[in-house]
Amino acid sequence: MMEIVPLGDSAVIVRMRERFDDAPEETLDTVLRAFQQLQNAAIPGVIEVAPAYTSVTVFFDPISVVKGTVAPGQVFDWLATRIRAAVAAGADRGRHRIATQRRVRLVEIPVCYDREFALDIDDVARRAAISPVEVVRFHSAAEYRVACIGFVPGFPFLAGLPKELATPRRDVPRKQIPPGSVGIGGAQTGIYPLRSPGGWNLIGRTPLKLFDPTKDPPAFLRAGDRVRFCAITREDFEASIHEALSSRAKRGTSYSK
Amino acid sequence: MKVIVERAGFLTSVQDLGRTGFREFGVSLGGALDCFGLRVANLLVGNDEGAAGLEITLGALQLRFDDERIVAWCGGDFDVRIGSRVLPAGHAGSVGAGEKLKFGAPKVGCRSWLSISGGIDVEPVIESRSTDLRASFGGFEGRSLRDGDVLPLGMWPGSPTPATGISSWTAPHDWVSPAKPKPILRFIRGVDWNGFNSSTLQRLTGEAFAVSPDSDRMGVRLEGPELKRLDEGDLISEAVAPGTIQVPPSGKPILLLGDCQTVGGYPKMAHVITVDLGVAAQLRAGDRVRFSEVSLAEAHRLLLEREREFGRFRVGINIQRS
Repeated sequence: MMEIVPLGDSAVIVRMRERFDDAPEETLDTVLRAFQQLQNAAIPGVIEVAPAYTSVTVFFDPISVVKGTVAPGQVFDWLATRIRAAVAAGADRGRHRIATQRRVRLVEIPVCYDREFALDIDDVARRAAISPVEVVRFHSAAEYRVACIGFVPGFPFLAGLPKELATPRRDVPRKQIPPGSVGIGGAQTGIYPLRSPGGWNLIGRTPLKLFDPTKDPPAFLRAGDRVRFCAITREDFEASIHEALSSRAKRGTSYSK
Repeated sequence: MKVIVERAGFLTSVQDLGRTGFREFGVSLGGALDCFGLRVANLLVGNDEGAAGLEITLGALQLRFDDERIVAWCGGDFDVRIGSRVLPAGHAGSVGAGEKLKFGAPKVGCRSWLSISGGIDVEPVIESRSTDLRASFGGFEGRSLRDGDVLPLGMWPGSPTPATGISSWTAPHDWVSPAKPKPILRFIRGVDWNGFNSSTLQRLTGEAFAVSPDSDRMGVRLEGPELKRLDEGDLISEAVAPGTIQVPPSGKPILLLGDCQTVGGYPKMAHVITVDLGVAAQLRAGDRVRFSEVSLAEAHRLLLEREREFGRFRVGINIQRS
C-alpha cells in the first residue's frame, strides 16, 4: 500500500503502510528503503526527505517544479508520479539484494538507572507488578529500533519496548527534564537530548550527548538504527560526563548549555 | 562593522531563511516566520535574499550603528525611526555611524524583519544563521537578544552614491505590510479533513477564531468554536510543517509556524498556504482570524505569481541601484 497525500502546498507525505505496531521491523525497513530511494532519485524541486514511522515526507519548492515546465495545476500529480516511480524502482532492486537496504547500525547506549535519575521507575514497576530492578533488567535486555527522530532535535522514538514496561505518559508533564534523561511514554522509550518539557516516565540517564549542533550529522542516532541500553554505575556515569567535558575543553569548543 | 543592541525589546532574534535538510534529525525549519518579508527587506538593502536579519516581536528595540549602513524592514504596522526620521516599511534608509534605529510598538500586527546591508554576520550553525530558540543554538549565542549585545555585521562596500535619507522607491504594499486588522488566511484541506463532520468543517470557514496569548514561534493557538474529530483514536506521528492546522483532543486548533516540531500526532485538518504565512506571522494575542478554502492548484498559482512579481521587482531594484 502506498498513498501520497499533500502536507500543505510544499510537501507530500508518502505513506508506506497503514500501521506500525503490528510489524515495526518490516515497516521500518520498507520506509527506510523508500527514504533512501527518494533521496537518491533527486527529483527536481525536491528540497529534503524525512522518514517517520510509517511514512516518508518529501519537501519541495513548488516554484522550482513549475519552472521545470509543469503547470501550477499539475504540480501534485507530476510529483506523485515521480515519487511512485522512484519507490517502485527501489522495490525491484530490493528483491535482488535482500540483506540490503542500507547498513543498519547497532548502537549501544550507556544508561545509569540510579534512583536520582529514575524519578518514575517505581510507577513503571508498580504498573508492571515487578521490582524496579526488574524494570532495569527488562529495559536493558531488549533491542530497540529508532522509529523516528523528532519532538526536539535528536530525540529518538524507540520501538521495541517490552510490553510489561509500557506506561502511559504522566498526567502533568514536567516543565524541565535534564538532557540525557531516558523515559518511557506509552509503548515507546526515548531519550531527551536537550533540556525540555516532557511527560514521559523517567527511569535513567545517559552521559551521551544525543544532539550536538557542531557535529555532522548533529544527531547521534538516526531512524532505523538498532539500539541497546547497557546499565552503568553512577561512577561510570560521572566519569563519562567528566571525560566528555574535558575533551570538549581540549577542543576549545564552546557550548551554550 | 557592528551594531549595538541598546534595547533588545520583547523578543528579538537573528533569523535567515531557516534550516533545510535536517528534519530527519528533528531539526526544525525555523528562520524568519515571514521568509518572503525578509527576502524583500534584504533586496531593498542590496543583500543576498538569504542574508541574516533581525526578527522583532512587538518592538521596543533600539540599535546603534558604528558605521554607515542601509536598512529596510517589512512586517506589522510599527513606528520605526532613524534618529527622528520615520522609516516606513519597504523603504531603504541610510543610517550613519553613531545613529540610532528604533522600533516602537506595532499598531497592527506582531512582528517585523529588519535587514541591514552586509547582513548579521554570526557563524552559521547547521548551515544557517537562524536562532533555534527552543534548542538554543544558532543565531547570536543560541538565544534571543539582550540589552548590550553587540552583533557583527558583514562586509559592505558602502553605497555607490552617497546615500541620503530614505528611498522614494518601495516594494508592493502587501509584501512589506502584510498585517491586517481583519486577517483571513487561505488554506487547503489537510489529510484528516474527512475525520471531521460537516458542521465542524463549516465552523472552520464560517466563524472567527481568537489568537490565544499562549502563542509563540512554534505555533498560534486558537480559541473559538470547538473542532471535535469524529473518531478520537490515536494517529501515527507524521511530518508537520509551518502552516499546518492541527487539532488536539481539546478541539482548539493550533496553527503551526516556523519553529514547529518536525513531526506530530494530532489530526491535520488543514494547511495555511505558503503565500499567507506572512499574514499568519502577524497574528497576536486577541486578534480574530478567519479562514477560507482554496485548492492546491490555486495555492501553487498564487505562489508562482508572487514569485514572478518578485523576480521583476529584483530586476527593477538592481536598475534603481546601478
